[in-house]
Amino acid sequence: MENVLKVENVSKTYGKFTALNNVSISVPKGSVFGLLGPNGAGKTSLIRIINQITLPDSGKIYLDKEELKPEHVHQIGYLPEERGLYKSMKVGEQALYLAQLKGMSKSDAKKKLDYWFEKFNISSWWDKKIQELSKGMAQKVQFIVTVMHQPKLLIFDEPFSGFDPINANLIKDEILKLRDEGASIIFSTHRMESVEEMCEHIALINKSNKILDGKLSDIKSQFKENKFEVGLQCENKIELFNEIKEKFEVEKTDAESDIDLRMLVTLSANDTSTNLIKFLNSKAQINHFTEIIPNANDIFLKAVANNE
Amino acid sequence: MNKLKLIIKREFLAKVKNKSFIIMTILSPLLMVGLIMLIVFLNQKNSEEIRTVAYVDESGMLASVFENSEHTKYLNITELGLEEAKNKTNEFYYGLIYIPKAENLNNLSEGISFYSADSPSLGLLSSIEGRLEKKIQNLKLEELNFDLEKLKTTETRVDFNTENFTGEKSSKIGSVLKMAAGGGFGYLIFMFIIIYGTSVMRSVIEEKTSRIIEVIISSVKPFQLMLGKIFGNALAGVLQFIIWMISAGALLTVVTLIFGPEATDMSGAQGVGMTSEMVGQVQQTASNDLQLVLLEMKNLPIMTMFFSFIIYFIGGYLIYSSIYAAIGAAVDSETDTQQFMMPVLMPLMIAIYVGFSVIENPHGPIAVGFSIFPLTSPIVMLMRIPFGVPWWQLLISIVLLVVTFIGIVWFAAKIYRVGILMYGKKPTYKELYKWLKY
Repeated sequence: MENVLKVENVSKTYGKFTALNNVSISVPKGSVFGLLGPNGAGKTSLIRIINQITLPDSGKIYLDKEELKPEHVHQIGYLPEERGLYKSMKVGEQALYLAQLKGMSKSDAKKKLDYWFEKFNISSWWDKKIQELSKGMAQKVQFIVTVMHQPKLLIFDEPFSGFDPINANLIKDEILKLRDEGASIIFSTHRMESVEEMCEHIALINKSNKILDGKLSDIKSQFKENKFEVGLQCENKIELFNEIKEKFEVEKTDAESDIDLRMLVTLSANDTSTNLIKFLNSKAQINHFTEIIPNANDIFLKAVANNE
Repeated sequence: MNKLKLIIKREFLAKVKNKSFIIMTILSPLLMVGLIMLIVFLNQKNSEEIRTVAYVDESGMLASVFENSEHTKYLNITELGLEEAKNKTNEFYYGLIYIPKAENLNNLSEGISFYSADSPSLGLLSSIEGRLEKKIQNLKLEELNFDLEKLKTTETRVDFNTENFTGEKSSKIGSVLKMAAGGGFGYLIFMFIIIYGTSVMRSVIEEKTSRIIEVIISSVKPFQLMLGKIFGNALAGVLQFIIWMISAGALLTVVTLIFGPEATDMSGAQGVGMTSEMVGQVQQTASNDLQLVLLEMKNLPIMTMFFSFIIYFIGGYLIYSSIYAAIGAAVDSETDTQQFMMPVLMPLMIAIYVGFSVIENPHGPIAVGFSIFPLTSPIVMLMRIPFGVPWWQLLISIVLLVVTFIGIVWFAAKIYRVGILMYGKKPTYKELYKWLKY
């Protein structure tokens, strides 16, 4: 798959503090890429380097196979975690100014803005000052300002913070729509459920190092623990549980059921699910059998814990 | 370049559309003119009042001194006697002059007194004193058989014709003019730097606290943003200055039309009790001097002054406003700027104080030194230029100014670049030094 962005061996230090240590990531074209990591891991440093706000000490960055250069800022849209607009400037004027700074002509910017303002049903705000708007309203303006110049790479840092669930959903749909229209998206967040929902690829940064990256589905199978949830129909639950416990590593599950015996079975590395099914089948009737797949949250916690 | 233009435009408009800017721009000239009008008005009121001064002349020799003038009337109440006259004066008159009996001219001047309810006007007193002295002196001269008419022909007035060794004429008026021109320009730069430097700093802090800074610098270079801010604010300042000049000129014309031309100059003199004769004399010398002033204006190095004003104005403003921008970037709020402001204001204050001594001694070592030192030269050199500055000093000063300007802007841009993205605690000087290496 083609990459829209390639970060190669980027390092950055501030005095004695290392913010990024030899970090490389590749963001595939037309997908949502989750940039994850605990607070202070170095995500913002990396995002700022991609935006050319700061320069890396070493390493190279390519946007669409070209080495990053100043003109590329026109092809990137950035929504920083710390939102902000000029408080005493009018919404429309401000959006036009920011669009022109991104290289748009005034007339193009006006057309694009009309489109977005109508779409979000906020055309009446054009002559209002930002300080007259609520936080959520200002966030909408900020989202428009980020995407209006149709950049090929969009970087969203916690895009849903400050939005109510309805508007958060609206923004999510817009982000996915932008992806479908061909934009590539870097998405940095701590909300793991939205990672699960939106990201095809992720990279995990911890303590200035990249500790994990790849396709989310690949990472999930990589983090599988050969763990299965089984449900067996039987008369004497305790006796059967103890019998299985002798052969396999078993634990009770929260999803206790009245009808059947539920448990989690973890297989050793050289054991297979087929063996487990054969064994269980000989003991009782199986009416439930699923493999436990770790979610993004589990992966995050586990990867960071392993890295400590 | 195009983006720089956009930033300058925004900064300019943001400043100019600001309510406090509009109010300041419109109100200041009105306030100034209002103040001048008030002073002129009060002066006129003051001089319209006619004061009655009574006198008791027991000597009988000095009554001819008390001639009525425009603002003062004299009343002879000698027949009432001193005690009665005092009571009457207290009730009805401004003051009472008492001249006791004298046996001869030599002790005529002894014991002359002035009584009044409030403290009398000093101008009035010295004017009456002067005339009494003159009269008594004349009486004495007459007694000694001097011909007063002949004596009058010996009166002489001396005005120095000052000239320097290259033959250029100069005069005391010329020196005053040079002081005014130099001091005015220097002070103008000083005010401009402080007002618009602070405004640059505020605007940087505003971008930082409103957190828009990260959005902006993902589109433009921090250096562009800083320069745009500095130029945008400077343009707003120049606009304000032009508006002030024009409106002050227009309003002064209006004032002169309303109050008449003498309103703005001579009424003050009358207010302090000059007789019309004295005023006439002053006016005469003034019109003589006016020609001298015009002559002196031609002698001023106008072109040098004009071009150096522009150079030092730009240089000084750029140096200081980039320091202000760096300070704004280093802190989170205006209250935190104090510790960094002191070192910036210091050289400016010193320059203004040194300016006073420059006017006294424009070619002394202090004047030369501070007019070359780049942080004070924009003010001090401008104060010196009307007095004539050797070209090599001007050259060194300007070269140093330019070098410093480049150095300071580089240094400020580094601090700015790092500072705008730093939030939280107030940095120390040590940390600022570290930022230079990021």
